[in-house]
Amino acid sequence: MESMTQQLKRHALLAVILAFGGLLLWRGVGHDASDSPVVSHDAEVLAEAVLRRGNGPEPESLNPQSSRTDPAFNLARDLFEGLLTHAPNGDLEPAVATSWDISDDGLVYTFHLRPEARWSNGDPVSAGDFVFSFRRLADPATPAFYAQNMTLLRNGAEIVAGEMTPDALGVEALDPATLRLYLVRPAPYLLDLLTHPSMYPVHEASLLAHDKDYGRPGNLVSNGAFVLDEWVVGAYIGARRNTHYWNNQANRIDRVIFYNTADDGAELKRYRAGELDFTYTIPLQQFRWIKENLAAELRIHPYLTTYYYGLNLRKPPFRDDPQLRQALAMAVDRELLTEKITGVGEVPAYGWVPPGTSNYTPQVVAWAGLDAQQRILRARELYASAGYGPDHPAEVEIRYNTAETHQRIAVAIASMWKEALGVKTTLVNEEFQVLIQHIRQGETQVFRSSWIGDYNDAFTFAQFFQSDFDLNLSGYSNPAYDSLLEQAGREVDLQQRRALLEQAERLMLADMPVIPLYFHVSRHLVKPWVKGWQDNIMNLQYSRHLSLQRD
Amino acid sequence: MPGLIFKRFLSAIPTLLVLVTAAFFLMRAVPGGPFAGERNLPPQVEQNLLAAYHLDESLGRQYLRYLVNLCKGDLGPSFQYPDYDVAELIAAGLPYSLQLGGLAFLLALALGIPAGVVAARRANTWVDASIMGVSLVGISVPNFVVAPLLVLVFAIYLDWLPAMAVEAGSGMGLRNMVLPVIALALPQIAYIARITRSSMLEVLSAGFITMARARGLSSRRVLWGHALRPALLPVVSYVGPAAAALLTGSVVVETIFGIPGIGRYFVQGAVNRDYTLVMGVVVFYGVLVIAFNLVVDIGYRLIDPRLRRA
Repeated sequence: MESMTQQLKRHALLAVILAFGGLLLWRGVGHDASDSPVVSHDAEVLAEAVLRRGNGPEPESLNPQSSRTDPAFNLARDLFEGLLTHAPNGDLEPAVATSWDISDDGLVYTFHLRPEARWSNGDPVSAGDFVFSFRRLADPATPAFYAQNMTLLRNGAEIVAGEMTPDALGVEALDPATLRLYLVRPAPYLLDLLTHPSMYPVHEASLLAHDKDYGRPGNLVSNGAFVLDEWVVGAYIGARRNTHYWNNQANRIDRVIFYNTADDGAELKRYRAGELDFTYTIPLQQFRWIKENLAAELRIHPYLTTYYYGLNLRKPPFRDDPQLRQALAMAVDRELLTEKITGVGEVPAYGWVPPGTSNYTPQVVAWAGLDAQQRILRARELYASAGYGPDHPAEVEIRYNTAETHQRIAVAIASMWKEALGVKTTLVNEEFQVLIQHIRQGETQVFRSSWIGDYNDAFTFAQFFQSDFDLNLSGYSNPAYDSLLEQAGREVDLQQRRALLEQAERLMLADMPVIPLYFHVSRHLVKPWVKGWQDNIMNLQYSRHLSLQRD
Repeated sequence: MPGLIFKRFLSAIPTLLVLVTAAFFLMRAVPGGPFAGERNLPPQVEQNLLAAYHLDESLGRQYLRYLVNLCKGDLGPSFQYPDYDVAELIAAGLPYSLQLGGLAFLLALALGIPAGVVAARRANTWVDASIMGVSLVGISVPNFVVAPLLVLVFAIYLDWLPAMAVEAGSGMGLRNMVLPVIALALPQIAYIARITRSSMLEVLSAGFITMARARGLSSRRVLWGHALRPALLPVVSYVGPAAAALLTGSVVVETIFGIPGIGRYFVQGAVNRDYTLVMGVVVFYGVLVIAFNLVVDIGYRLIDPRLRRA
């Protein structure tokens, strides 16, 4: 027979388990509606315009000087504002600066700041804020991935290299409303560069007071249309309207939620469940389904990115063999690739600089005019004269980072090479970090990569092939090319500069240090009630340009 | 019992040391680094950064430094998320992982054990066959299939439940928890049901059960009163480590439902070479596994009086 105490014990255990379960069911972890600082009255909740953005993976930092990925930049563009900004269509527009004068030699820029520009705590945004921020960005003690931007300013390169102190930087506040920048070379793209999040001002007093905690809710004083008010790491980041923002009355959004949508498949489901107003991207595997079912909400637009296969010019077989490089480039059927393999509207690339780049005519390879048949014949000729043939096929290794799209592209290209030329290709997939390391150590032959323009100017693409450029992954080195870029760098006349850059691209394409494959497109799903959306070449959407209009 | 706890506590130290050492050196043996990417840092900046995190020191020194800091309870800063310390990231994710994992664990016990008992009781009937059939499906269909299916059916087609676990403004409510908890619990329910069934069958053929039946006890009384307790022993040894795994979350379920738990840090940390973050979650998981194994041993002693005497 069971004793009384045993029975009691059993009941006590059951009670503990039930209590534990009850505790776990207790609604919500921390973030109850009642805790949320913005929600105070039900009427207000209803009236509030809340924009819910899919924002990809977790941003690494909300301090614009420490950020380096698109999810973080998207937030920075809503929270902060630079001297210039973008209009909804991607054109440049005055922001903190209302106007600017450029000296005749193109080396001195004087910006006149907007007197009504304010920080989110009400402080005026002054020229001194930019001086502080730019010096801090150049300071090697700051962990800034975009410190390189400061090398455009006088003494910038020396400061970044630790040879001079940051106060020597070519930036000066003539008075609180006038900022002057001194450049080392004319750079018409400076205005565009100033829209980049790394060039945004940071609030000196808050940054000094909070140091690495500056990017947290409550600490982050910013000067954009929104101010950070919530960060649930891994779930979402919330920002509310900055009432001190100079153009606040034009902002139709009261609160923005940037949801972490690290997985594009899961993002699509949340979008379909009505939990997101627009997505960060779309899953390629489901593109066909989306096209059939959500065509009206699908937004595809070219943007400044070139997908390419890099060739290692430091080693055979590609070193000193432009014929082989050309033959391989010609043997790729880009139309087939973009239609059947990627299939989202990518543009076949016969040149390096994407179409849509401002003040530039994209150049194409000399053989772009040939049809597919002629191209293959020409490729075979080149292949043969490089010393390869059926008895002695070229053996090539393609390395790519592990991902389904990259794999499919690599398989397609290997078969195109085999069919057209008889090239023997090995495919190696590696984790991204491992691939990067192997490229840098020069261990790869053919590697897959993409180049994303930092600003809308051909120079950001041209720079990639400069001999001494840090990210010249192919190891291309051509004195004639370097000299053209050097001239373009000194050129003040925009037409002259453009001609020089175009000439440089033609020169480079003739050498074929990389095989451009296609130009990327931006891909979003946007709910019909999101108004004001304009696709643009930079793939940027500022929340303050959007509004919500549910019928 | 206190002796057992003390002994386990002592033996946990070398276990953890081995774990930390292996994780530390394995992580460093992988190519790449926390600041490597397509875009390089200027050399001077990189050098300063490495120095700030002591990554410019010899590996041995870094290892010792990590151990010393670990003893002080300092898990170090995250490299990928410079605004946060590893301890902060774990502390922020833990409530979500604990709540969802805990519920999934209770659900797994509450459904798995009775299902197993019933299946054993009706062994080789259609009831048994269907329970075991369903549980086989539960075991073999992976999370990354079940979770999106649940979302598709319940959040999109039926529109009964939200697809994401945490919504701005309302946080993680009851409705938000349903789908992730089911996704987490399903395979566990299946495992527990199968283990319970087979161990129950064994116990039911034991002498003392025949004896109990001979004494004229009702079959219900025999099953739940006499057979269940010994039959639970293998279940208990399974659920210990299973609980540790559930409570630290699953990277798949977290990604699909947008749960800000700590499961994803295992993968993300490794991909980003966020050394300290990986070490942090490994140590945390190690401690949990050791703790749950201790709980299992205590559970054994509660269930089986012979162990108490030993």
